[in-house]
Order: sequence, then C-alpha cells, then structure tokens
Amino acid sequence: MESPEQIRDRLLARFPGAEISVVTNPGLAAQHSLLLGAAHARAIAEFLRDDPTLRLDQCSNVTGIDWPEKEIVETTNISTPDPANPAAPPTAVEQKTKRLQPGFLEVVYHLYSITHRHGPVIFRLRTGNRTDQATVPSLTPVWRSCEFQEREVFDLFGVTFVGHPDLRRILMWDEFKDHPMRRDYVEPDDYEWEPTPHGAVLEKTKAHYPTPPAPASVAPVKAAAP
Amino acid sequence: MFKRDPEDCPLSQEVTPPPPSVTETERDELRRQGILLTSLQELYTWGNSHSVWPLNFGLACCAIEMIAASMAKFDIARFGSEVFRPSPRQADLLIVSGTVTKKMAPQVIRLWNQMPEPKYCIAMGACAISGGPFKQGYNVLKGIDRFIPVDIYIPGCPPRPEALLHGLVQLQKKIQGFKLTGPDAPRHLRDDQPCNCPVPEFGEHDLEPPANPAVWTAPPAIVRKD
Repeated sequence: MESPEQIRDRLLARFPGAEISVVTNPGLAAQHSLLLGAAHARAIAEFLRDDPTLRLDQCSNVTGIDWPEKEIVETTNISTPDPANPAAPPTAVEQKTKRLQPGFLEVVYHLYSITHRHGPVIFRLRTGNRTDQATVPSLTPVWRSCEFQEREVFDLFGVTFVGHPDLRRILMWDEFKDHPMRRDYVEPDDYEWEPTPHGAVLEKTKAHYPTPPAPASVAPVKAAAP
Repeated sequence: MFKRDPEDCPLSQEVTPPPPSVTETERDELRRQGILLTSLQELYTWGNSHSVWPLNFGLACCAIEMIAASMAKFDIARFGSEVFRPSPRQADLLIVSGTVTKKMAPQVIRLWNQMPEPKYCIAMGACAISGGPFKQGYNVLKGIDRFIPVDIYIPGCPPRPEALLHGLVQLQKKIQGFKLTGPDAPRHLRDDQPCNCPVPEFGEHDLEPPANPAVWTAPPAIVRKD
C-alpha cells in the first residue's frame, strides 16, 4: 500500500489547493496520518473510496480528540557581542516567549480496503475552535458506517457534522447539555465515600471529607437460626 | 393493588395478636401424626414464597448468569421461579441484573412501578448494588437502591448462578417471615407506605433528583483499619 506521503502527493496532484499534510506518529506504532482541510474533505474521501489502487471502502473507526487551549513557553538564547570589547565572550540572554495555542477538536477516521485487503489509512479533520466553530463536514454520505460513530463524537465531544443525515445524541439523553469526553468536563458532584481511594478519586475524597470519618461501628452479623 | 379502607377495617397495628395457643413443637408433633395445623399467615407466605416469578429483564453481563440459572444445569425451576414473565404486570420479582446507566434508570423504575404488589427486588452484581467498577463515572447510577427498595443484594462481578439461587432462597426466607398484620407487615399490606417510586427526570447534567430520599440515605463511611 502507498505510504501517507505518496497518498498526499497524489491527492495534491488531484486536488490542487487542498490543505493536506502528514502528521507523523513518533511512537512505535508509527501510524502516520493525513491532516485534511475541511473544504476538500468530502471530495478527498470520495476519491479515497473510489480510487482503483486504494479502494478504501470500509471506514472502521471514527473517534474524537480534544486539544484544549494550551500555553506554550518557548526559550530562545540571544547572544549579543560586547561592542566595546569584541574579544570578550558575548553576553547570553535567555528570552522566554509565551504564546497561547488555541484549542480545537479533532476527528480521526481509520479506513481499510476490503477489496484489496490493505489498511489502515488514517486521516484527521480539525475544527476551528472548541466553541462556536466546532464543525467538520460529515462523511456519512461517503461511508455509511460513519453514521453512529459520528453521532457518538457529536454526543461526547460536541463536534457538529455538517451534512449528517440524523445528528442526534446517541449515548446520553437528549436533554443532556455537556460533552463528557472533553477535557474540561465537570461531572455531577455526587461522590460517595470509598474505603481505598486513589488517583482522581482520592482528590474527590479530600474535597468531600477534609477529615477522614471515624470508623463506623459495624454490628456483628447474627448467625442464622438452623 | 389490594387497598384497605382504613375506616371500614382499621389497621391492626394497635391490636396485639393473642399468644399462640399451640406452640411450634406441638404443631410439629401433630404434623408427624398426619394432622396439618396451619395459620392463614403461614399458608399465605408459603404460597407466596414458592411462586416468585421474575421479570424477563436483563441489563448486562449479570443477565447471562441469570439466564444460565434458568437453564437445565442450575434450574431455577426447583425453587418455583421458572416462569420468567415477559410483562411486568405478571411478574413478582425484579432482578436488576447488570449496570444501570442513568439513561436506563427511569425505565427500570417504570418497570418496577408497573409490577403489581407483592413485588420484590434483587440487586444482582456489583453494578446494580453500587455502580461497581463504573461507580466514579458520569453515566452510571450508583446503585439501583437510590430509587427503588431492594430486598436482596447479591455481590459478585458477575455472581455465579449458585449465588443467584442462594439469593432467591434468602428472599423466600424473607417472605416466609412476613407478618400479615401488625407494624411488621410488608409494604403491600399497609396503607402508610407507597408502592410506587417517583421516576426521575432527565436533567441537563444528571438525573433529577439524583436519588429518592424516601428509600435511600447515604451509607455510612467504612474505614479500613490498615
């Protein structure tokens, strides 16, 4: 099967002006993916499905990723030579610049070809931001198997799929307002005491029980009559 | 439901029943001689306890064990509970077998309300008791006893069919201990206790209310000594 770079080059030749780049995966799996712009996503998806050498006729997985807003600190070393004494070593000044990387939501598609028995080809779509531009084009008209999974991403991440035939919540109830898989989701505050809390539950315990409760006196179990 | 007119037939809570004129040992002696002495209460609870028909209703993996208990190898029919009713109108026992999600909880409570008295509830498995491994999640009810009164709790994940049979036998013992009159009479023979439980609404963040205070209070904190 073609590498993501080869697919990117072919797509760029076929769709001039489309935003396509390869996102490398530094991990052991090395499953590199394509990042597609929203404008050409639908046309590219149809091309990937119908191209005779690729024939990616099955979309096996649609999932979402939440990338919240994050502050990035960049450190640059600026060395300025002393104008009076050029022989002296230059004074090094460490300059830190902070910039805010805006948050966005990402939808990842895994494609396989049943005809050619190859895959996966992975591509991603990104939303403009996490609030009012959380939209990507729906690919349900291209692969029917995306329907429920795009509804799930809509339900849990709050990504609106433009062109989806039936975009409703699928797991949570319709009246629900939150998106539980987002990083900033706050769950209902109904913690119950646990004897051995750890991790995030331990934080909840400390918030609800600043002083640990006294051991409850447990009544001895009465032996059942024979 | 059996409804008693309080004026026509006052609650017998004030009336102390006369001491039995025949003791247990005398009655057993007579039984050995072929003379059956019984009371209406004994007959009623005997019949009641040996024809507990469960509702044909499963929620998760515990339901598989419940089905196994109804099959030939474990054979719940030995205890008079072979008739799994497909309608709550004909069922006596609600076996909450599995994880109750918050989306499913109102439906479970509706089924409970549709069952005629006398009715019993078994919370089968860790999830139905407390939410189990999903207790700290956002979408699973932390125990069905938050909304409906539970008679028997069967721990396990999932419990073996033997455990379900043991729970059923315990329920039968509980039914056989019921008094027809007096302050210890079960719910369906009294006027001061409601038979139906309010169904919670789907809220914007959680079920509203998150628990029914008439049947549930927060459990005491159990602290492990180590």
